Amino acid sequence: MIHYFEGQLGHIFVILSFVSSALAAFAFLKGRHQDEGWSSFGSKVFYVHAISVIGIVGTLFYLIHNHYFEYHYVYSHTSSLLPVHYQISSFWEGQEGSFLLWMFWNAILGVILIKTNKFWKAPVMLIMSLTQVFLASMILGVVIFNVKIGSSPFLLLREVLDAPIFKTDPNFIPEDGNGLNPLLQNYWMVIHPPTLFLGFATTVIPFAYCLGGLMIGKTKEWIRPALPWAQFSALVLGVGILMGAYWAYETLNFGGYWNWDPVENAIYVPWLILIAAIHVMIAYKKSGSALKLSMILSVATFILVLYATFLTRSGILGNSSVHSFTDLGLSGQLLLYLLAFLVLSIVLIAIRWKDIPSTKKEVSTYSREFWIFMGAAVLCFMGFQVLAGTSIPVYNSIADSLGFNLNMAPSTDTYKAYSLPQLVLSIFLAIFSGTGQFFWWKKMDKKKLKDELAFPFMISLGLSALVIVLGKITDPAYLVLLIASVYSIIANAKILLSIARSNFKLAGGSIAHIGIAMMLVGILFSSGYSKILSTNYTSMVWSSEFPDEVNQDNLLLFINEPRQMSEYSMIYKGIRKLTKEVGMVDENLLTTTVNPLKVIRTTNSVKDTLTLYSAENSYFEIEYHTEKGKQFTLFPRVQINETMNMTVYSPDIHRTIGADMYTHVRTFPKPTSEEDWSDPQEIKVTVGSNFFINDYVATLERLEPISQINGTPLDDNDVAVKAVINVQGEYRDYLSEPIFIIKDREFVGRVDDHVNDLAFMISIQNIIPQENAVIFSTRTTQKDWIILEAVKKPWINLLWIGTFLLVLGFTVAIVRRYSEFIKMRDKGVEA
Amino acid sequence: MKTKYIVSIIVIAIAVVIIMLMAGDASSYVTFKEAKELSTKGFKKSIHVVGQLTRSEEGNIVGIEESPDKLSFKFQMVDENGFIQQVYHSNPIPTDFAKSEQVVIIGSYNNENFIAEKILLKCPSKYQEEADLSAGI
Repeated sequence: MIHYFEGQLGHIFVILSFVSSALAAFAFLKGRHQDEGWSSFGSKVFYVHAISVIGIVGTLFYLIHNHYFEYHYVYSHTSSLLPVHYQISSFWEGQEGSFLLWMFWNAILGVILIKTNKFWKAPVMLIMSLTQVFLASMILGVVIFNVKIGSSPFLLLREVLDAPIFKTDPNFIPEDGNGLNPLLQNYWMVIHPPTLFLGFATTVIPFAYCLGGLMIGKTKEWIRPALPWAQFSALVLGVGILMGAYWAYETLNFGGYWNWDPVENAIYVPWLILIAAIHVMIAYKKSGSALKLSMILSVATFILVLYATFLTRSGILGNSSVHSFTDLGLSGQLLLYLLAFLVLSIVLIAIRWKDIPSTKKEVSTYSREFWIFMGAAVLCFMGFQVLAGTSIPVYNSIADSLGFNLNMAPSTDTYKAYSLPQLVLSIFLAIFSGTGQFFWWKKMDKKKLKDELAFPFMISLGLSALVIVLGKITDPAYLVLLIASVYSIIANAKILLSIARSNFKLAGGSIAHIGIAMMLVGILFSSGYSKILSTNYTSMVWSSEFPDEVNQDNLLLFINEPRQMSEYSMIYKGIRKLTKEVGMVDENLLTTTVNPLKVIRTTNSVKDTLTLYSAENSYFEIEYHTEKGKQFTLFPRVQINETMNMTVYSPDIHRTIGADMYTHVRTFPKPTSEEDWSDPQEIKVTVGSNFFINDYVATLERLEPISQINGTPLDDNDVAVKAVINVQGEYRDYLSEPIFIIKDREFVGRVDDHVNDLAFMISIQNIIPQENAVIFSTRTTQKDWIILEAVKKPWINLLWIGTFLLVLGFTVAIVRRYSEFIKMRDKGVEA
Repeated sequence: MKTKYIVSIIVIAIAVVIIMLMAGDASSYVTFKEAKELSTKGFKKSIHVVGQLTRSEEGNIVGIEESPDKLSFKFQMVDENGFIQQVYHSNPIPTDFAKSEQVVIIGSYNNENFIAEKILLKCPSKYQEEADLSAGI
């Protein structure tokens, strides 16, 4: 039975959220000049809006949780076996759900803003409500004059799919859904998207304060309440980005944490600009300069977030990204969203341009502003550099619409296109963030500067020299970046020590700067000096037509055959399954049951039932040995999702303080693939004697009459015998038991036995009782194998430690700026 | 006011440098014929070629040949103009390679052969709406 009511309820909530946000925007527009009547009406309407957004989320979750597969969203993104935490993740697999997540955060933030800031309520909430109008329109799902507005998550499957089955049976409901993309079935994917979207959502707040201030003529007062929010936004967005990087490192198989994928870039750029905006805002608060720049950068941050949304969701990236959503035909609407806010900001800034106070005095190189501006400029260049390259598909589209073919493709070398320019600019970033701190806290002149800088400069040169020698760094760009980063760490640490003693509240900046500099060093080593251990020196050039210098970074491992790779000898031990009861279990010992998560393990004829964490996941057991013996074992993973027809490999990482050993499997023989068996070979063996199967020593222990085969008892007229064969593998013995049956005293039957690890199959061809011998027929195949890539990433932990320091620094800074705002608000100096 | 102008000029200069570097670094989409011409002219930069794997009359994919150690493979690709080219790639055959609808190879010619450094696959969308629903029944 189709559940119509729930979907209709959801749709009513969608319409209500759209109408209420539009009405709230109107009320706040009317009430922007401290008109209490209009603005408290607006607040009430916004509460209605927030409740209806929660209603949409609740209804959609109800549909997913109860597996109503008659709904397209539920069918496309979930399945009945999905645990609750992944049911939540299914919200961000689809575009509609992720718009919903964004709206949800905006609604919560809106309520917080209404509650905390009375003076700014109307103008700020006007902008917040306007963004909600656009977001709600994305999931509206109505058609007006043949124009589709938004894509509703509450459509029935039959309204979306034109499948023939609906013609014969309109009430048809599939029994199960498509399931969640295996890449999203990961704990980081439960937490990373909501964090990132909270970051997205918060960028609107400084933007809203800025535009609100322009609207009501408070062109400079908006900075104080906006600053803590800008810092919060930068913190959340930064954490969200790094969570994504960590997820990619741990789960994806491209071998690192950052890939310069257009979607990564699209969110990295606004983050850089936001950091620049925060610095310029702080400079304004201290000295009253650069108000206009604060405005432009705050606005640019939000506009770039909208641009990122447009890039990832309009389908314009086409094939160039792994992240991009399926195109829902919303590109026009997305473009409108972007242009509307762009035009609104330009118009508002242009109108007020003359009224925005600006300083006429020259900025000297010994002033603190000079260093802040330099830092902000570098951040902006870094953002611009990435933006210019990422927008290549956009240039093509624009050229197409103007009628000529630009035919530009993204650069094929991401190191040259992004890593190197970003590295060069980071050098300046590290220098400015180190030096700028001295100017910030002390009044500087030529002599004093020398005194202050001499010590950190000498220390960092000495330290860097040590690292350069020990780390064998020869690349000039890396060399300079390392010195600059170490200098930034030392210089900021010096400042930190002197200010933390007097007031820890002020230490946010220097802590965050140390964090960034440590991240730079971590990135420099883990990426610049990552070493592929599996590089194939031994392999012959297979095809003479091709050049020898083609790198082969992968290693082929046959089961139980050790191979030397760098200082390690590696052994692939076979495929394992992860069980709740006993951890990793050899797949060959397991048989499946009706329940996909329950398996039966047979060890020495003892059977017990085990529970799998996931039926889709298999693990490759790989041991690493050195001369000193076994060092560690890694279990890289493969996840095979048959409904989605996807095979996903994930790495496993051995972590030490100094380096990560990162191993991932590139490919392995698919369980479903046909094996090529050799022609059968016959061999006569007497009981108790040894023989060879596929070069392994085997012993025919005995022949044993049996009364049942696989649990089915034999008839009275049937006779069956099994041969008990012990085979000595490389690391353990295997038991093989082929069976020979004589049915009704005349028909011969054979049950062969397959020893997977040793790649052979054996059957009893005949039994010769007079000689106490058996004629076996054996066939062999290729042994199981994997192809893997192993990479050593030195000092990657500095990146993660730096991240924590960055978070800590931001938190300290937010506390400081927010308490400032609260103090002034309670004094009543808002305006 | 004077510093303002100097700063503006520097900013614009850096921006222009960034744009020029980007444009110089950008690759392009070409056919095999154009790629060959570029290569004979001594242009060694990697380019993008869009095409499909070759298929037999029955629609099966043909022409994929794996090296004995499985670490590299060659295949035949037909570009938009119907030109068939042997392509070599020094990585294991990607998962779902044979299922791809469209292949984008990034690389360059080496004499008569095309060496692909990277292969991008466009596989039938996992959300493909025409998909038969029998999978879920």
